[in-house]
Amino acid sequence: MVDAKTRKQLFDTPETHFLNCSKGFKSWAFTLDHKRIGIMYLIGVTIALFLAGIFALVLRTHLWTFDGATGMSDDMYNQMFTLHGAVMVFSFIIPSIPAALGNIALPMMLGAKDVAFPRMNLASFYLWIIGTGLLLTAILTGYGLDTGWTFYTPYSIETQTGVIFATFGAFVLGFSSIFTGLNFLVTVNTMRAKGQGWFKLPLFIWSLYATAIIQVLATPVLGITLLMLIAEKTMHIGIFDPRYGGDPVLFQHFFWFYSHPAVYIMILPAMGVISELISVYSQKRIFGYSFIAFSSVAIALLGFLVWGHHMFTSGQSQVVTLIFSAITFTVAIPSAVKVFNWLATLYKGSILLNTPMCYALSFIFLFGIGGLTGLFLGALSTDIHLHDTYFVVAHFHFVMVGGTLTALLGGVFHWWPKIWGRMYNDMLGRAGCFLVFSGFNLTFFPQFVMGSRGMPRRYASYDPEFVAFHQLSTVGAFILGLGILLSFLVLVYAAFRGPRCGSNPFKAASLEWQSSSPPDFHNFVHKPVFNDPYDFDSQVYDEELDTYISREFADPATVPPRKEPVHH
Amino acid sequence: MSDHDNLPSFCHPAAPKLLFGVFFALIFLTIFTVVTSASGKWLGIPPAFTFPIAMMIATLKGFLVCAFFMHMWWDKGFNIMAFLSSILFAALFISMTLMDTGHYQDAIESYDVKQMPKVAEQLADEA
Amino acid sequence: MAVADTHSLNDHHDDHGEFIAHHFDSPEQQFDSGKLGIWLFLVTEVLFFSGLFVAYTLYRNHHPEIFEQAHVFLNKYLGGLNTIVLLFSSLTMALGVRAAQLGKNKNCAIYILITMVCATMFLGVKAVEYSHKWDMGILVRSAFELTYVHPEPTLGIAKALHISDYLVWISLIPALLFGGFLLASGIAKLTDKSLCAKFMLGMAVTISGYFLGVVVGLVFMAAVEGNGDEDHASLRNANQPIALLAMTQETQTEAESATHNEADEGDHADDHSHQHEQVFDKHHPDPETLSRDVGTFFSIYYCMTGLHAIHIIAGIGFLAWLYWRSLAGHWRSDYFGPVDYVGLYWHLVDLIWIYLFPLLYLID
Repeated sequence: MVDAKTRKQLFDTPETHFLNCSKGFKSWAFTLDHKRIGIMYLIGVTIALFLAGIFALVLRTHLWTFDGATGMSDDMYNQMFTLHGAVMVFSFIIPSIPAALGNIALPMMLGAKDVAFPRMNLASFYLWIIGTGLLLTAILTGYGLDTGWTFYTPYSIETQTGVIFATFGAFVLGFSSIFTGLNFLVTVNTMRAKGQGWFKLPLFIWSLYATAIIQVLATPVLGITLLMLIAEKTMHIGIFDPRYGGDPVLFQHFFWFYSHPAVYIMILPAMGVISELISVYSQKRIFGYSFIAFSSVAIALLGFLVWGHHMFTSGQSQVVTLIFSAITFTVAIPSAVKVFNWLATLYKGSILLNTPMCYALSFIFLFGIGGLTGLFLGALSTDIHLHDTYFVVAHFHFVMVGGTLTALLGGVFHWWPKIWGRMYNDMLGRAGCFLVFSGFNLTFFPQFVMGSRGMPRRYASYDPEFVAFHQLSTVGAFILGLGILLSFLVLVYAAFRGPRCGSNPFKAASLEWQSSSPPDFHNFVHKPVFNDPYDFDSQVYDEELDTYISREFADPATVPPRKEPVHH
Repeated sequence: MSDHDNLPSFCHPAAPKLLFGVFFALIFLTIFTVVTSASGKWLGIPPAFTFPIAMMIATLKGFLVCAFFMHMWWDKGFNIMAFLSSILFAALFISMTLMDTGHYQDAIESYDVKQMPKVAEQLADEA
Repeated sequence: MAVADTHSLNDHHDDHGEFIAHHFDSPEQQFDSGKLGIWLFLVTEVLFFSGLFVAYTLYRNHHPEIFEQAHVFLNKYLGGLNTIVLLFSSLTMALGVRAAQLGKNKNCAIYILITMVCATMFLGVKAVEYSHKWDMGILVRSAFELTYVHPEPTLGIAKALHISDYLVWISLIPALLFGGFLLASGIAKLTDKSLCAKFMLGMAVTISGYFLGVVVGLVFMAAVEGNGDEDHASLRNANQPIALLAMTQETQTEAESATHNEADEGDHADDHSHQHEQVFDKHHPDPETLSRDVGTFFSIYYCMTGLHAIHIIAGIGFLAWLYWRSLAGHWRSDYFGPVDYVGLYWHLVDLIWIYLFPLLYLID
């Protein structure tokens, strides 16, 4: 039984919270608080997104005419798409959801005060800064980088551009990613709230856990690969360099042993976010909890067995190609399990079409297309035709942008009121979502058509037959950019000027909503006790606080009876 | 360990006797592996077996180090599983790559280095 | 179900022990977290090394001949010596963990000091091995150029001690560190910082292990390979496959188009191969069929042992931290985690060497 005063103390917007409990540059730069580190990561990845996004817009502008509209040299074009890819992959997508959103949400979802190793968490952020800095140094020193984000040998050994800087940057970013993953694994294992068993965790935690498994198991291989590449480039050790008896295809094996699982580092946390959003905004228990949970782990593990499907045309042997192709198709199973479960969750739910939900629905649509077009690339015969065309470009952008970026935006909108204690303008948020969705489709749908008709990727100029498609794509890219910019402005305005909101405005049931908004420095003023994350009936409206709170804390006189029996 | 009754549950000091025993076993195995490698012929070990024997001895040594020096014997199952999974994934990495590269070695060996396209620096030198 | 636990309202600054971080509930939770964390870190270490093991396995499987030709340049007795040094350091590390678990800080400090001395000794032996190879021109693939005659040392100290120039250069860093630590220890003593003085002295002792390693390595090598520097070169000529030189020539001309005097060295090679044909044929295939890729073995050798040595150096850093904390008396039976974790790391470094030793030194 809790009196009104305690309720106010627990759930009303507090005087001092993690944002204002200490002030000044140092209180942020040396903070060990996971929420502050998460916010700094969020700022960091946003900068990386805008930077790499600008590169993308320059590329698209260049492709407005078939002979290059910007007058950029072809070498410059190579450097531009390389930096777009490298910054987007290593500095933006990989840390975006786990390190930014996960950092903020994961310990709170477990009812913990912090992640297991707060110092390592901060170190991870600083490594991110150093790594990104090194990647960008490649431009600032004037050398550029023109290998593509994959650094394939033998070209990366021969090119005079800043490969060493860039690979060392990616190496450092790898360690940043390992630190985050290791931290999450340990936190989930040892710091769950009392009574919070493995199958009572929010699905976002499951997906972050699966992601962390990949980060810990795969990223070290990237580390050694890049070190060997640096050794090859500086000393010619003859492992990858054919001039010294090395095997350049071996580099692709090394690279994709990390980088294919890394694709799942990018998409798995996004799937976790979507599981949360779909369930909360349908106000319905997630359908097939354990299937979604295990499908995350299955994707993580299967992700290690399919790296060769990036190498079908590399000279890889036929036996291995067949094996990799066959296993590739099995990844479709856990992915489809998730999509069908989300759809089943939506069925007969009371759907609230606000900004995060709009993003979640966009995700299902775009990820569906991205996933299904992947089947064409996994099939050997069609892949030979489609390899290195715009079809591939469109496919992975549907998964990476249509999937991860959409989920990131949805997740940011979802947890934004929790972080700042202020609400965003939903109408403008939805307008942003609409722009992102339509701009995205306009950008990448024509690329499927172009690709299947033979437009090769990474070309600075092209056959005039494709002009119309490229121009549609360019228009779409600017609309997409506008949508992201609008969402960004909506969020920034909300953080500082938005109307105050209560601790749980969306009637979500997972533990992070049991704290005040913004949360206390220690996350919870009380010791949080486990709560079923998908039992939305456990939350009841409190008029005085104008928000939803847990039944246990509510005034018994006003609590309505349960609609459904407690689920165990 | 009756003399450690007042220790917390997560604290398992290993008996010095055990540690020294493991150490001497490791030394013995090291000497043994050098001897079999150096004079396998005289001991009547076929050359094909010396390498597998050396690796088996290394694995045995690895087991001793893991189990007793690293306290795996007393550790949580989850930790052991986590560590062993790394070996599983390394084995996956090695085996798939080995399987593939085995098929195109001829292409690498027959590759004529002189036919390599000129690299940027060579072109610059010539210009 | 959620139960309102309002008794503990605003009550998380409960009296934690000195070294229990605020976000953990109990020493046990902290220990378990750290332990899982370090095991996962070891997982990343194993996979980090796995890349090199892949390279090793592939080249050994596809080019077994280069391994057979190359391993004669590795001294298995020096490798064995280093293995024993590392195993002993593992023993003292395990004893150090035990001491920390029992709260015996003084014993723990001593064991950790011995562990560090062994670590630097390992590096000393390694420095002897490396400098010896560099003298003979045994470098990575692109720079691999075997020579039979040791270059004359040019540095005065190298001449005086009959050692390689390279060894002197490598030893410069530990020599400077040794002096630095002694100096720091003296200053700390004068300013009455006894903990600091003890620590610095311990670090100086640690560094002296390196020189012990160098001396033991040189003596060991002289004992195994014959004595005296004069007949060093000739002995090596008798024992090692001359065809390697011819092979190197081929590599040079084909791949690198180097501009050295081919005729000269070619003659040189021929002379020797005639002289020692008999010796050579017993163990090795016809020189015509030799691979040009022997340098690749040494690329892999340097990558593997170099990365391992970097881990040893990092390990010394962690051990030094433990040494400081042992001197400060931090360990108790409910707080010994750091010793345990660094111990696990140290044993893993040992474990990797246990595999590197037969893989690199015992190819026969």
